[in-house]
Amino acid sequence: MSTAHADDLHRSAATSRAPSQDADPPQATARRGRWVPRGSQLAAWAFLAPVVVYLGAFYAYPLYRNVDLSVRHYTVRSFVQGGAPFSGWDNFRQVIDNPTFDTALRNTMVFTLVSILFQYVLGLSLAVFFHRGFRLAPTLRALFLIPWLLPLIVSASTWSWMFNSESGVVNYGLHLVGVGKVDWLTSPHWALTSVIIANIWIGIPFNLVILYSGLQNIPAELYEAASLDGATGWQQFRRITFPLLRPVSAITVLLGLIYTLKVFDLIWIMTRGGPGDSSTTLSTWSYRYGFGSLLPDFGPGAAVGNILILIALAFGLFYIRLQRSQPA
Amino acid sequence: MRISRSAVSAVVACCALVGTGACSGSGSGGGSSSGSGTYTFWDPYPQFDSSDAWAKLVASCGTQAGVTLKRTAMDTTDLNNKALLAGQQGSLPDLMMVDNPFVSTLVQAGILTKTSDLGLDTSALQKNIVGAGTTDGAAYGIPIGANTLALYYNKAILSQAGIDPGTVKDWASLTAALEKAKSAGKKGITFGAIGTEEGSFQFLPWFWGAGGDLTKLDSAQGVAALSLWKDWVSKGLAPNDVLSNTQTTSWQEFATGQYAFGENGTWQLANAAKVGFDYGIINIPGQNGGSAPVPTGGEFVTVPVQKDTARYAVDKKIMECLTSNTNLLSTDTTLSYIAPVPAVQDQQVQQNPALKPWVSALAAARGRTSGGLGTKYPVISEQMWTAVQGALSGGKNPQSAMEDAQKAADAHKS
Repeated sequence: MSTAHADDLHRSAATSRAPSQDADPPQATARRGRWVPRGSQLAAWAFLAPVVVYLGAFYAYPLYRNVDLSVRHYTVRSFVQGGAPFSGWDNFRQVIDNPTFDTALRNTMVFTLVSILFQYVLGLSLAVFFHRGFRLAPTLRALFLIPWLLPLIVSASTWSWMFNSESGVVNYGLHLVGVGKVDWLTSPHWALTSVIIANIWIGIPFNLVILYSGLQNIPAELYEAASLDGATGWQQFRRITFPLLRPVSAITVLLGLIYTLKVFDLIWIMTRGGPGDSSTTLSTWSYRYGFGSLLPDFGPGAAVGNILILIALAFGLFYIRLQRSQPA
Repeated sequence: MRISRSAVSAVVACCALVGTGACSGSGSGGGSSSGSGTYTFWDPYPQFDSSDAWAKLVASCGTQAGVTLKRTAMDTTDLNNKALLAGQQGSLPDLMMVDNPFVSTLVQAGILTKTSDLGLDTSALQKNIVGAGTTDGAAYGIPIGANTLALYYNKAILSQAGIDPGTVKDWASLTAALEKAKSAGKKGITFGAIGTEEGSFQFLPWFWGAGGDLTKLDSAQGVAALSLWKDWVSKGLAPNDVLSNTQTTSWQEFATGQYAFGENGTWQLANAAKVGFDYGIINIPGQNGGSAPVPTGGEFVTVPVQKDTARYAVDKKIMECLTSNTNLLSTDTTLSYIAPVPAVQDQQVQQNPALKPWVSALAAARGRTSGGLGTKYPVISEQMWTAVQGALSGGKNPQSAMEDAQKAADAHKS
């Protein structure tokens, strides 16, 4: 080690920091490659180890287990005692042939797209509103964060009480303005709408916070110049705010897509995916297979989970591409 | 050489990261030899903490067997899932209280020991209650008690609407009573038809009361039961939100004092004393009269399979202690359950005459997994509650809902 080090010093002095490798005889290169960076390489590995172990233990292994579950025929017995036979695509075929698949896929798409649309529009409107700055704006903005801070079990339970057909405050409000009773959570026509409304409410703060911080980065001079040119508020929004906010918007919407695709707890607490399958999404369906009845069916449950992962992955890759294509 | 070093450093980092406990590979389920040490016990009664009679009984049964019995309480669904995972990981507790319809699933998973292998006898217990924990003629646990369903009624509403509860003998007279309650400005009946096992549990008295057979969901009897529920909901005799009602939320509706009837269980008796109005109880009527067969609820004391079979001797002592007649009496009083032993049932009725209709309801009760159904029951039950949800929400008519359910249940078996 020390000889190699001295050797190296000597050589670098001789070549005065020229790209030394080209000049080295092959033998010396080999020796250097083996010995010189070793200490630092070990240190690098040691620094890397925690994140590698973390990724392995909490990402790679669960993912591998999920794929493994989905390509084997598991019964409760083989789940506990081992020895589930390999069944290839059987679980996937069973899931896709199931009439619930189309419903769950459609509901997942509707749930995600409608939620994102409203969350973004409302979040952006509020961000622009707060951007003007007025007295108590910070306080009010903080209040808008409440949906984000509440545990989901609390907000979802509260929403399901409010939407209760018999004693909910929503129906009481409708009654006061002369509208008849709506079975928000127990009618197949309304259940999906109800969980979407609750989900929009929960997602607004996320959009508000990110878009608001994006607004801070738009130089005030632009607005100043625009108003000198006689631009109206709407013109300023359309020509300055919205275009300059586009990168932030794209990221907000894409992250929102990935978060919303996998929403489970809210729907499970409010409707359990029912009545029937009317508010079942891929995530609640996967859970229902695995834990919804007294006889767990882990194989198909994992298959549904994997399909959901693939969909989220597609959006994830799109997100990475988008991030790369943006100027730093 | 380099690889092994980096592997070592990775493992060291892992231990530092996760904590040394994860790397020491500790086994659970005790680990100490039999006769002394700590034994573990799981139950689904998180409502009782260490100061409650139940927890004290568990601890004292451990002490009597010469060991420390460490109790962990969790929610029923949670316990079911944890039991399967613990079976997979070899970390099962020494004793475990299991919800009766889940016993057959655990038996199929190979997790439970036969009660006869422990040297315990179940012949003194009421047959239909033990039935839920019996697979292929072998019992896999001892019931701690049983609960079941009946109809609670609000005395004030019935007298106001001119209904004599004694005349409610079959479905027609019950529906007539609900209509009277409705025309008196009150609400008819509440139950829980949620899309979970609870929904099936609540539906079964009507399904069986029509003479339905769980292996033929789409029979005329099954369709009749579903039509009864659907008619009640569409005529406004039962609220639409029964679709999302658990038995607890259904009880809360009944407790508002607006409902003439509520289908609920033995375990609500303690709450019934607090509702602030007079209530009565009648058995759920069959379609053409008589008491409908009701499903049994309640838990079994079971002994999961252990590698160290020497532990079974202590497990047996603890099991005997928990299910001794004296302890059953106090436990079932605490849990608001009916004892699985006729002698103890008599003592319960003596203490509290209000339990009499429950004892007679339980005599006509059936285990959900009984009759050779075993792990077929969960599959059928899931399709049954799906059919109930489909029909009551207006999406399907009862006939096609039950036909679809039967098809799906058949498809699962193949």
